[in-house]
Amino acid sequence: MRDYNKLIFEISREGRKAYSLPKCDVDTLPVDELIPEKYLSSTPTNMPEVSEVDIVRHYTNLSSKNYGVDTGFYPLGSCTMKYNPKINEVVASYDGFRNIHPLQPEETVQGALEVMYELQKALGEITGMSEVSLQPAAGAHGELTGLMIMKAYHRERGEDTKRTKIIVPDSAHGTNPASASVLGYEVVEIESDKNGDVNVEKLKEAMGDDIAGMMLTNPSTLGLFEPNVNEICDIVHAAGGLMYYDGANANAILGVTRPGDMGFDIIHLNLHKTFSTPHGGGGPGSGPVGVSEELAKFLPTPTVEKHGDVYTLNYSKPSSIGKVKGFYGHFGVCVRAYAYILSMGAEGLENVSANAVINANYLMQALKGTYKLPIDRLCKHEFVLGGIENDNGITTLDIAKRLIDYGYYPPTVYFPLTIHEAMMIEPTETESVETLDAFISAMLKIAEEAESTPELLKEAPHNTPVRRVDEVSAARNPIIKYT
Amino acid sequence: MEIKKGLYYTEENEWVRVEGNKAYIGITDYAQDALGDIVYIELPDVGDTLKAGDAFSVVESVKAASDVFLPVSGTVIEINEELEDSPELINEDPYGSWIIAVDLLDVTELDELMDAEAYEEFSSQEN
Repeated sequence: MRDYNKLIFEISREGRKAYSLPKCDVDTLPVDELIPEKYLSSTPTNMPEVSEVDIVRHYTNLSSKNYGVDTGFYPLGSCTMKYNPKINEVVASYDGFRNIHPLQPEETVQGALEVMYELQKALGEITGMSEVSLQPAAGAHGELTGLMIMKAYHRERGEDTKRTKIIVPDSAHGTNPASASVLGYEVVEIESDKNGDVNVEKLKEAMGDDIAGMMLTNPSTLGLFEPNVNEICDIVHAAGGLMYYDGANANAILGVTRPGDMGFDIIHLNLHKTFSTPHGGGGPGSGPVGVSEELAKFLPTPTVEKHGDVYTLNYSKPSSIGKVKGFYGHFGVCVRAYAYILSMGAEGLENVSANAVINANYLMQALKGTYKLPIDRLCKHEFVLGGIENDNGITTLDIAKRLIDYGYYPPTVYFPLTIHEAMMIEPTETESVETLDAFISAMLKIAEEAESTPELLKEAPHNTPVRRVDEVSAARNPIIKYT
Repeated sequence: MEIKKGLYYTEENEWVRVEGNKAYIGITDYAQDALGDIVYIELPDVGDTLKAGDAFSVVESVKAASDVFLPVSGTVIEINEELEDSPELINEDPYGSWIIAVDLLDVTELDELMDAEAYEEFSSQEN
């Protein structure tokens, strides 16, 4: 059934069913006597009619086509698709975490509140921030929350109507300009210099009393640590702005350096990237926000506090930006992240980042020469290629599609926009040297194929039930309904 | 890559064709090629007054969505509605497929732009 590719509608046969109901033992009435005619639809529902074994086989076969970190190597740059240890799931399924209700009295959920409190503290320690809120639902929501805090800070100083612009470098994480726009900020883009770093001179030119702050991802989307980060923070602070740290790439710095020490005022982390909670397929994610001591009063309510041995939820923070999420954020995800932090320990987390960086550099060095490496310097957790050196008409898209044939999830392609034919590779720390070597072999083989049999790449993937998808037609003339 | 004589160019790969006080604006052959197959375009409204450097349109391909920046300040007097249904025209004929036409506010801004020769040199270095 490897090639199974049917829709459930295609296996439908009239009258076939997967249920057997007892005869109705109450009087029945025709539907048009119960519902006014104008609310009745005359269009057939076209629901699939299948037997139990059909439906079980259908979904079992589809599920076997899933590809995830538990199936194979998943080097999706910018996304940190690391392996999620199973102990996280065991801990999250404990009765006291799984079977509680968000409206239970605080005294009956002290253990859950303790986990939240300790996680807030641990994330604060890891990032060098004073206080943390676990509420934001994911990364971009964290950005929005962080920028709301930035706005509240300027409002308190009577400067929010004057400070209407946010600076975002062109190597930023893609959601940054979107988040700033949602809050009504005007985005000022700063070009990178030739080395991929923020152009400090251009930043100085852009500064003024209309700047609310700057959003910086460090290491950047190019996988490069920003060498002038202290100077950048000083420049923005001197102009009265705040520094926002996008934690998308925090996997490269755990236990090595901290955004708080670099000079950042507000940060968010992605627990689903850096702290091994489920990622993709709806996650759900979690994007805790941390702030400096000065900004702590603006954090969303409630925050979890500890008084003596008792944990409480504090809703009374007059300067708070308010609630940003129902209840307390994605609690089950927080439990998994806390389990990860405890099982790693401080030294373990430092090793996570060291290995993530070593793995990325190992791949980068092995592929360099065969593949273009537009920015050739020590990378952090990820790096960006620019297509095959002797491309023979083969694009990054062709390479990505061919990687599927070799059993790999293709890396992020055509992002960041600053690199032509970009392919962003992030192996993460959990991959063995054997896995990395096998991936390198596949990539080198593909470069050979580009030379010898380019049509093989142009037509890839070959080993999937659905072959190369016509993305252009799909985007121009989408058919979004099965008829 | 085609670079057409008689047009003004920007470093962001837009072109400007001037007819009197009216300027037609589009994206260059290089830009359409870098974007790949264009599948969607967002146009401004006629009557919008925009500054040089403002993003006035978004061009979306299967690879990316990119802002198109206005090379010169002006008021939008025409939009190329044909592109809404057939964005691929930009791929087929980038210099024929203007996106908007503006009434120029300040013709001296044109002096800041590159001519075909300068753009060719810029392209060979940057692109």
